[in-house]
Amino acid sequence: MSSARARKLMKRAMNEAEYVPPMFTGEYPIVVKGLVNKFGSQTVHDNLDLNVRRGEIIGVVGGSGTGKSVLMRSIIGLQVPDEGSIEVLGRSITEAEEDADIDIRSRWGVLFQGGALFSTLTVAENVEVPLRQFFPELTPELRHEIARYKVRLSGLPEEATSKFPSELSGGMKKRAGLARALALDPELLFLDEPTAGLDPIGAAAFDTLTRELTDTLGLTVFLITHDLDTLYAICDRVAVLADKKVTAVGTIPELLETNHPWIQEYFNGPRGRAAQATDLREETQARGLADEHAQVDNPTMDKA
Amino acid sequence: MREWADFDTIDAEGGRTLKISGPLTVSSVGPLDHRLREIDEPLDVIDIADITEIDTVGAWTVSRAAGHFDAELRGVSEKAERLISAVQDAKSEAAIAPPRPGPVERVPAAVGEAVDNFGSGIKGVVGFFGAVVSSSFTLIRHPRRFPFTAMVRQFEVVGVAALPIVGLMSFLIGIVIAQQGAVQLQQFGAEIYTINLTGRLSLRELGVLMTAIMVAGRSGSAFAAQIGTMRLTEEVDAMRTIGVSPMERLVMPRILAVVFLMPVLGFYSSVLAIIGGAFIANFALDIPFWTFLLRVREVVPITDLYISLIKAPVFGLIIGIAGCYQGMQVKGNAEDVGLRTTIAVVQGIFMVIVLDAFFAVFFSNLGWD
Repeated sequence: MSSARARKLMKRAMNEAEYVPPMFTGEYPIVVKGLVNKFGSQTVHDNLDLNVRRGEIIGVVGGSGTGKSVLMRSIIGLQVPDEGSIEVLGRSITEAEEDADIDIRSRWGVLFQGGALFSTLTVAENVEVPLRQFFPELTPELRHEIARYKVRLSGLPEEATSKFPSELSGGMKKRAGLARALALDPELLFLDEPTAGLDPIGAAAFDTLTRELTDTLGLTVFLITHDLDTLYAICDRVAVLADKKVTAVGTIPELLETNHPWIQEYFNGPRGRAAQATDLREETQARGLADEHAQVDNPTMDKA
Repeated sequence: MREWADFDTIDAEGGRTLKISGPLTVSSVGPLDHRLREIDEPLDVIDIADITEIDTVGAWTVSRAAGHFDAELRGVSEKAERLISAVQDAKSEAAIAPPRPGPVERVPAAVGEAVDNFGSGIKGVVGFFGAVVSSSFTLIRHPRRFPFTAMVRQFEVVGVAALPIVGLMSFLIGIVIAQQGAVQLQQFGAEIYTINLTGRLSLRELGVLMTAIMVAGRSGSAFAAQIGTMRLTEEVDAMRTIGVSPMERLVMPRILAVVFLMPVLGFYSSVLAIIGGAFIANFALDIPFWTFLLRVREVVPITDLYISLIKAPVFGLIIGIAGCYQGMQVKGNAEDVGLRTTIAVVQGIFMVIVLDAFFAVFFSNLGWD
């Protein structure tokens, strides 16, 4: 393409570019008020309230069928709630008449449970889809470069860039899905059971990655999970879905003090205790290392 | 209007300086990046002290430019520093998509693959046919294992549910044959032969053929999709592990249903086509309805009925085997189910027409004309 023609195209792209609201600076990027969701005669959410703070990783837990995914789908506008209001990054999702009205779509990234990658495109091309959709003025060179570093940023090896989703393992698909979710440098990241179906090592690595990216990129993360280890390892606060609403929100120690039977069973069941123990061990280790650099670690003690 | 990132080149302390201003994010960096790539003078310093926002795309743009011009980055905030080091660590040169071979290689490869698939496809279908025959013998020896309920269910789906659509289609085809035939035959003053045309054509050829096409579209596709989906959800594997043969439980009821019901549906279709012809003849040709039907009895030889009754179960077998075989071949993902279903219908209809041509010549040579 001649550079004069390229410049003309760029001019046109700049003139046609839609407004992008500035970065959100309020305290609560997600505000859910009085949410009601019904499927037929079955009520999933009844008057549910939830505020998510900027910069935190909030874990959403609840038994099967308590509507965790429905809550996420409502927040991102895939499910129209029966009642209630939802504000994301200061914009109302529930009052938007059409999809196009939600002009903050380029400001969030969503990782679906199975990755939901486009199967006919390579990983890098998957990452490029949102870039092409929202920012057509980016030159192909820049778009390719962005796709390349996003793939690596999501913890995938360089070779995975040109692979098709069918050639990836389950864990790699999740990372590729994360790369696509991060394509537009979103402020908000929605993760639906990111560690489900991963082996413990892969799950722990994914947790670390989520935490690192959150800190580096300054994300707010809405994380649905069943994984107690994830809750202990990376979540700042945990919201418990039970009895058709958010029964409790808080740090895990705060939640342990409530006497809701489900919360007690969840965190104090055999699996809950195991995760708690791991967390304690890691904390003491971390503290021990930080306290005295001179102190020599005893590797056999660590394994105890 | 969107706010774009902008730059100025000035001579300052430290040499030729590029001063970037405005937000440096994915939504604002496009034109800036484009202009940066077109600069061909050397730069010594890139100053980003005046930017209002930065994200990884902005960080990538400035760090790439800094590397390209071998320039020094100045005015880097703590956040920018963090982002730049993150994107620099994630730098890669990988290809976006695997290289695509040129047409000179692709075309022969595609042809070769098609030939190879054709060969293995024939082998597979013959093998599948053998498996069907062998499990039908097993079922004869062990009649208690016969999946009676499943077969009744298939009879309903393949046969009873198809009656309205097959009937309507045949009735309309009968009308078309009689009306169009009459127009041509009238030129010879031979419109009475419309009855021969309609009666013989529907009984001998069209009734069964049209029914076969309809059944391939309705049931052949359903067989492939149902069995294919069951393969994806590992239901077929689960059946095997608990000792239930998928051949006996899934394939046999379906194949038996089409084999038994094709003659019935085919005959029903012929009858309705003749009624359709009689109906239009009544109004357009002044041949009374009942006269038409009585005359059909005289002009259509009984061998025409035999021919269609012999052809119908063979067509049914072909449709059933095409559907079930393709269903059992499904592997991997949902896309494959769609692909296999299409193949089942296309193959079924194609084979039916090929065999119909063969039968037409065969029975004529047998003297049944």
